[in-house]
Amino acid sequence: MKTIYLDNNATTMVAAEVLDAMLPYFHDYYGNPSSMHSFGGQVAKELAQARQKVAALLGADPEEIIFTSCGTESDNTAILSALAVNPGKNHIITTRVEHPAIKVLCEHLAAKGYRVTELPVDSEGRLDIDEYEKSLTTDTAIVSIMWANNETGVIFPVEYAASLARERGILFHTDAVQAAGKVPVNTKESLIDMLSISGHKLHAPKGIGVLYIRKGTRFAPFLIGGHQEKGRRGGTENVPSIIGLGKACEIAWQNIETENTHVRSLRDRLEDALLKAIPQSRVNGHRQDRLPNTTNISFEFVEGESILLLMDQYGICASSGSACTSGSLQPSHVLRAMGVPYTMAHGSVRFSLSVYNTAEEIDFVIDTLPPIIERLRHMSPYWSTGQDVCINSTGELNEKSQ
Amino acid sequence: MWEYTDKVRDHFLNPRNIGEIEDPDGVAEVGSIACGDALKLTFKLDEDKRIKDARFKTFGCASAIASASALTEILKGKTVEEAMAITNQDIADYLGGLPPEKMHCSVLGQEALEKAIENYRGVSHKKPDEEIVCVCFGVTDGEIERAIRQNHLTTIEEITNYTKAGGGCTNCHEKIQAIIDRIYGTKRPWEQPAARPKLSNIQKIRMIEETIEREIRPSLKHDGGDIDLVDVVGNRVLVATRGACATCQASQVTLKGFVEQKLKELVSPELVVEEVEP
Repeated sequence: MKTIYLDNNATTMVAAEVLDAMLPYFHDYYGNPSSMHSFGGQVAKELAQARQKVAALLGADPEEIIFTSCGTESDNTAILSALAVNPGKNHIITTRVEHPAIKVLCEHLAAKGYRVTELPVDSEGRLDIDEYEKSLTTDTAIVSIMWANNETGVIFPVEYAASLARERGILFHTDAVQAAGKVPVNTKESLIDMLSISGHKLHAPKGIGVLYIRKGTRFAPFLIGGHQEKGRRGGTENVPSIIGLGKACEIAWQNIETENTHVRSLRDRLEDALLKAIPQSRVNGHRQDRLPNTTNISFEFVEGESILLLMDQYGICASSGSACTSGSLQPSHVLRAMGVPYTMAHGSVRFSLSVYNTAEEIDFVIDTLPPIIERLRHMSPYWSTGQDVCINSTGELNEKSQ
Repeated sequence: MWEYTDKVRDHFLNPRNIGEIEDPDGVAEVGSIACGDALKLTFKLDEDKRIKDARFKTFGCASAIASASALTEILKGKTVEEAMAITNQDIADYLGGLPPEKMHCSVLGQEALEKAIENYRGVSHKKPDEEIVCVCFGVTDGEIERAIRQNHLTTIEEITNYTKAGGGCTNCHEKIQAIIDRIYGTKRPWEQPAARPKLSNIQKIRMIEETIEREIRPSLKHDGGDIDLVDVVGNRVLVATRGACATCQASQVTLKGFVEQKLKELVSPELVVEEVEP
């Protein structure tokens, strides 16, 4: 059975060119880039080139790039550094829809006594920028707002938000893990101080991340050890992965147009066809201010895990914000923050595409999914064929004539 | 991905007895869409008062569908009395087991069965003395207690897995723990604190100093306060407050509720904290 992979916001395939670029650095050129001998030293040159390519994707200087082990490490480093260099400040601003790498860290910091403002979002997943501006105080040490949301793809105006923080001398970090490579990211033209990306979201391997730190930003390292990364991140460099990430960023830079034409058109085709074929379905998140590869669709009165497992029978990979798939008993925090009703939140499915998806794959999903939803609705006590059904606030069934 | 047994997969992919019986002898609806799973069960008896047919409709994940399907299969051919004896564990066993986090699906099946039988017998499903403990999922103390007794649950996590109680905002965890403690007696033997060796005065003072330094001072400093250890007289720990604590109205609460609590916990349960003029 062919795998149809539409879960690229979870992780991506390592691109063939990326793998090829990496392979020599496991067995042949395994030297330590810090070594004095030329066997190790030659690797340092390759590392510098990779750094250059990563910097190019972000519109940054190579020395503004720190390699880390993952997006989570980058996020943790950024926040904890900002708090360390602002010992007198006690306030953190973030959003209700951040990735756990930020959200859970901030909850942890709140328990330690920091004041954390989690900015709300509207029903389309967008930030209220006035509310954000009002929350900035002289006590604010750091603002961390994601560039694009992983579940809905909704894009936040981080460049504008960064400028408001800068006016007040507040550090600004963005988790750009989902945005990098899908929408243009140019740190030179923005006032963002720190930015995180993750290799495995853009066709590099898992286990490599980047923290961009604007030149002149006060910084306190997270991993303390050797002199690597100019003393900003101890630990021997993950050479093959860094080389791979360099290649992946180079490809992403070339593909950014394709992302916004080919991938966007496939996504729109999938979304339009599913909304048309399946009654009582809707898109979660603003449809314009959104990544080109992501659609989050809710199918009312059915449960996400069941949808995923039935799609799995056909080799289709996606993800869901339902309780059973979120690893807890409640639907995704992102959909709850948006106020998506429970009837919809439990039946949400996220499709996230990549440049490697084809029209045939999308058409296969368009043919396969409607009968799956139909089948589950046939089983659902909340669905009755031939009539529109809705649930009142107490969760009891009532019928609504159309 | 969940580790489902082949039997669960089979009942999920090929569910038995979907639907609703018209004019059923017993009917029940449990769960809600807000909670993420719901089950409607109907059954019909034959002339020998045995369950001739049982059908379900469910909203939920794979294990909810499989549990409902299994329940209807188990029910067929049973008398109402026999059906009464079916437990959630029977449903799970029929499926070759469920992942621990999914046991609540089998509990939902059992609840539906109980309610459907009450419906058949004309007993109204009222729980007069039961109180909602978990507001997020609307779980009562009675439901929690039944799950604990039937399945020998001992931890909050297990109770969440079986009933969902405590799986939302977590505010009810203390109440759930109180139910566990009540059922098993105040403290279970394995939770009794290990007997502490008797401390010499010098050991006691050192431990108090260490505890203040490591556990207490960082928290107080965070709020701009501090305390100094002035003396230790028997079990009386004499301290002076500094910084914000010295002027804070709530410092008595901090001294008793936090400082004394920490010292009792980490040094000796007999200690009493008293404030003295610096």
